[in-house]
Amino acid sequence: MIVEFGYGVLVLSFLVTVYSGVAAVYGVRKKSASWVESARRAQLLTFPLISISSLVLIYLLVNNHFEVSFAYEVTSLSMPAYLKITAWWGGQAGSMLFWSWLLSMFTSLVTLRKWDRDIEFLPWVILVSAVTLTFFLGMIVFFENPFSRFWLVNGNVVESMFQPVAATIFRPEDGRGLNPLLRHPGMVIHPPMLYLGFVSYVIPYAFAMAALITGRTDDRWIRITRRWSLWAWLFLSFGLVLGGRWAYDVLGWGGYWGWDPVEIAAFMPWLTGTAFLHSVMIQEKRGMLKQWNMVLIILTYSLVIFGTFLTRSGVLSSVHSFANSPIGPFFMGFVTLTLVVSVWLVIKRWNELRSETEMKSMLSREALFLLNNLLFISILVVCFWGVIYPLISELVSGQKVTVGPPYYERATGPLFAGLLFLMAIAPFSAWGHSTLQTLGRAVWKSILASLVLTFILFFTYTQNLYALIGFFLVALALFATTHEFYRGALARQKTQNENFFTALSNLMMRNRRRYGGYIIHISMALMAIGILGIELFQKETQGTVAQGESLIVGEYRVEYRELASWGVQSDGVNYTRAVLDIYENGIYLGQLYPRIDYFYDAEQTMTIPGQRSTFRDDLYILLVDWQPVSNSGATFKIYVNPLVNWMWIGSLVFLVGIIFAAWPDKDPEAVSARVKKSVSQTSAAD
Amino acid sequence: MKPKFLIGGGMILAAVFYLIFSATTASAERFMTVDEMLAETPEIVGDSLRITGAVIGDTIQYDPDTLTLTFEIAHAPADFKEIEEQGGLAKVLYDAVHDPTRARVKVIYIGVKPDLLRTEAQAIMTGTLDENGVFHATELLLKCPTRYEQALPEQTTQP
Repeated sequence: MIVEFGYGVLVLSFLVTVYSGVAAVYGVRKKSASWVESARRAQLLTFPLISISSLVLIYLLVNNHFEVSFAYEVTSLSMPAYLKITAWWGGQAGSMLFWSWLLSMFTSLVTLRKWDRDIEFLPWVILVSAVTLTFFLGMIVFFENPFSRFWLVNGNVVESMFQPVAATIFRPEDGRGLNPLLRHPGMVIHPPMLYLGFVSYVIPYAFAMAALITGRTDDRWIRITRRWSLWAWLFLSFGLVLGGRWAYDVLGWGGYWGWDPVEIAAFMPWLTGTAFLHSVMIQEKRGMLKQWNMVLIILTYSLVIFGTFLTRSGVLSSVHSFANSPIGPFFMGFVTLTLVVSVWLVIKRWNELRSETEMKSMLSREALFLLNNLLFISILVVCFWGVIYPLISELVSGQKVTVGPPYYERATGPLFAGLLFLMAIAPFSAWGHSTLQTLGRAVWKSILASLVLTFILFFTYTQNLYALIGFFLVALALFATTHEFYRGALARQKTQNENFFTALSNLMMRNRRRYGGYIIHISMALMAIGILGIELFQKETQGTVAQGESLIVGEYRVEYRELASWGVQSDGVNYTRAVLDIYENGIYLGQLYPRIDYFYDAEQTMTIPGQRSTFRDDLYILLVDWQPVSNSGATFKIYVNPLVNWMWIGSLVFLVGIIFAAWPDKDPEAVSARVKKSVSQTSAAD
Repeated sequence: MKPKFLIGGGMILAAVFYLIFSATTASAERFMTVDEMLAETPEIVGDSLRITGAVIGDTIQYDPDTLTLTFEIAHAPADFKEIEEQGGLAKVLYDAVHDPTRARVKVIYIGVKPDLLRTEAQAIMTGTLDENGVFHATELLLKCPTRYEQALPEQTTQP
């Protein structure tokens, strides 16, 4: 009964969503506020409905209802309750329900805002989110139903939502369970983070479309959704970092990013989202790049839908499998359709979206922002080309040709370097007009300091040219950004007669988005240190040692003490753990415990590294194999990953920066008015 | 738009195109199934290739002293349409492993034995074929679809 109930509510939410979209359009056509209001209420109803349906699904997951095929796929008796709940997004059907739930929640939040000043947007925002939600709910209701069950018909097991003729329900004794690789805290938070980011981007897109349809193409839609895009970007970025951390901790290959299609699918909307974040500032401040911003948010939306599909369709390594699902063609169709309609709307409004001012100087702030956008889009093109290259080559030459990580590293490396450089100098250029002279005067100190540092590194750390260029750019970005804080605070100290630290904190609090942005810039430079370290200086060794023997890598000596194997029946896991003593230059540092977990239900092992992290490097040890009888010999693979910790430190700084920038003020309307005023007053300092 | 912006933009575009072009030519690898690879042997011996096939569980051997992993893969189609026509990835891999007439290739890989390596896994490998017909993989990716026999649960309770 409960299964039918859950499915029934789901179908109902689908119908209500369709109604809300239709009523919104009808209301606009008939100029009837009551129809729009009806659409608004229908929209608000979708959230409780989808919540109920989701709760039913969670109930089924937690209570081992293995007759439901989704529960059978993603849960098993041995999984703890919290993992059974998170199994909600552990498979395709459930994660699409989760996606829909988030979208209806976010749309409801938007629907509940004060609409006085922009009531003309309301029906169209409802329509756009209703279309998106209809698509996802439709996919779930008709093709990827999480409530579908197993039935026994004439001794055969079949899968169906409703009872076939003369069938009895079939309930397996145990489920297959989540893939052990996914039973990790990082993997528990990573998908929802990514999804939060993905779904949040629907809101700015909906407003952009509303602006295009109504013809109110000023920057109002950007101002309304500014915080949405910031939060979307926060979640998406953090989702990506968490995914990297999970790969580093669980996948056991000593890295965190492998440029596989799934990762790239999540990375592409981040690239357009980041470009969007920067270019909307140009529109707000200078009234330029309006057409471009529309294109960026449309691209982001399309990539989000595309990414949702790619990241959950079971594509792990094959370049071709992203069509490997019955719903693949529908996704491609939906992305194409929304893309065509959106682009058509932009073309229709093309003239109204012209810039109010013309770009004059190549070194002006707006020109450098434009360059930053070009670089982000170039990285996007590199990624997109890499993903579709096999298809293109097959069309052109009949041979499937693929490109791997070296392609991405080679092609994106210079572009990332360019971004670091821009990050360092752009804050010093002025709106409207800058010359090489004014820019040079502002940054020469930072350049000099970075050069000195690079020389020191050349003599003490590395002679690798790429590394030195990289470190120079990182240092430049760090010095220049810190200098920017210093310069601003100093100026304020003089004019406001405050002491330096009060001046600094007031400055930051009054220009939160700007200084939050600079904190994010610093975090990016820190993360770049980690990337340079692991890409260019990773050291590794491997070997089989008997008890008491050692392996040596760099300054580390790793001594094998003992090994133990034990099973915990209730977890369904057998653990094998090695104990290692770690010495650095003869000094004892402590022990590490790399292990291999064997999951009985999935018949799969999972290699958990032993890790020791410092600011200088990570020692990362994998237990590869052991002699089962004597317990005397075991094989290890050891990585030394220099500086990689800065990656994670950078991501924490990043979090601070973006929360600083995005934290809600008391009254957003009042603040945007105030910011406008203070901008016009202090535009010289900007 | 002033001409200097067009020239600047054009230069950036050209640079990006050059980057993509040179990186593509430098790291492109042909993607082949076992049959396709064997059909072009020995011409492609030594070329950098990316091949795919089904892992045969009985042949997996691992020497921890040298971290040498050897196993055989059987030919399995890689084309999406072909896979769908033959009943899905899990079934295709199952058939490949249980069909003794399929062409097989021996693979050598030096490194940590991947957690996902097991019978009926889809292996996607980058490496080169030597003149003895052994594939030396430098990169090994594995994908385990729902195993065919388990696609539906086995009947555990008699009615």
